[in-house]
Amino acid sequence: MTVADLAFYAFSTVTVAAALMVTLSRNPVHSVLWLILTFLSAAGLFVLLGAEFVAMLLIIVYVGAVAVLFLFVVMMLDVDFAALKSEMAKYMPIGLLVAVILLIQLAFGLGAWVTADGAMGLHQAPTPDATQIDNTRALGLLLYDKYLYLFQLSGLILLVAMIGAIVLTLRHRRDIKRQNVLHQMWRDPAKALEMVDVKPGQGL
Amino acid sequence: MIGLQHYLVVAAALFVIGIFGIFLNRKNVIVILMSIELMLLAVNINFVAFSSASGDLVGQVFSLLILTVAAAEAAIGLAILVVFFRNRGSIDVEDANVMKG
Repeated sequence: MTVADLAFYAFSTVTVAAALMVTLSRNPVHSVLWLILTFLSAAGLFVLLGAEFVAMLLIIVYVGAVAVLFLFVVMMLDVDFAALKSEMAKYMPIGLLVAVILLIQLAFGLGAWVTADGAMGLHQAPTPDATQIDNTRALGLLLYDKYLYLFQLSGLILLVAMIGAIVLTLRHRRDIKRQNVLHQMWRDPAKALEMVDVKPGQGL
Repeated sequence: MIGLQHYLVVAAALFVIGIFGIFLNRKNVIVILMSIELMLLAVNINFVAFSSASGDLVGQVFSLLILTVAAAEAAIGLAILVVFFRNRGSIDVEDANVMKG
């Protein structure tokens, strides 16, 4: 067993165990932390597959952005999570049933498929020799050239998502005091202030 | 020797765990969204494994697009969740019944 094999088994075990803990843990904050562990070990799997750029992107996008977003929302919402978890045992049998059936189906599928004869001739972009051009450079050459429109489209998707998230969550609160700058600038000291000559020993 | 099959098994396990999580956390939309992220990660592992096994870079390009869509989906989903919580005071799926009439 080589080091790469050992690394694969370690990463895959951690990935699956952490994914299971995401669904089972009682506290959603713990769930998010397990999710981060899942993504990190999946990034390790990607490195083993020779896809370093996707691995680093997984860490930057998922761990750096998505998981932190989840963490923000979990901590922002004031929900009694213990009450939400109390009915988890009720759904356990049906969940296990569906999971086992799906696993059996996937096992059938994984055991039965074969590669078609001409499949290797259908390559759209053969991977260049890793000693000549590394993974990131090869992906960049492909993404900025052949798949430029797809790249632009994904940027557009992100823009729409950003605008949508802002529009959805923005609200104008009426029950708080706000600063009115013009009102402050037009304020006349002569009207706002009154000088009163108070005699000693007397009140107003 | 670790081959394509090993990665496919890991991805299948992740996908099934994602579905299991959706069933298990019926009351908690946040964990359901996390389960969807797990399923998308399983799909990504499949794409990258096939890309590596067949020596074709397009699979990795496609996994980048899935990554983008997953990030957008998480942002929109969490925004909807925040609005839902503001209106109903809970994140229970069963409470999303305003349109029932």
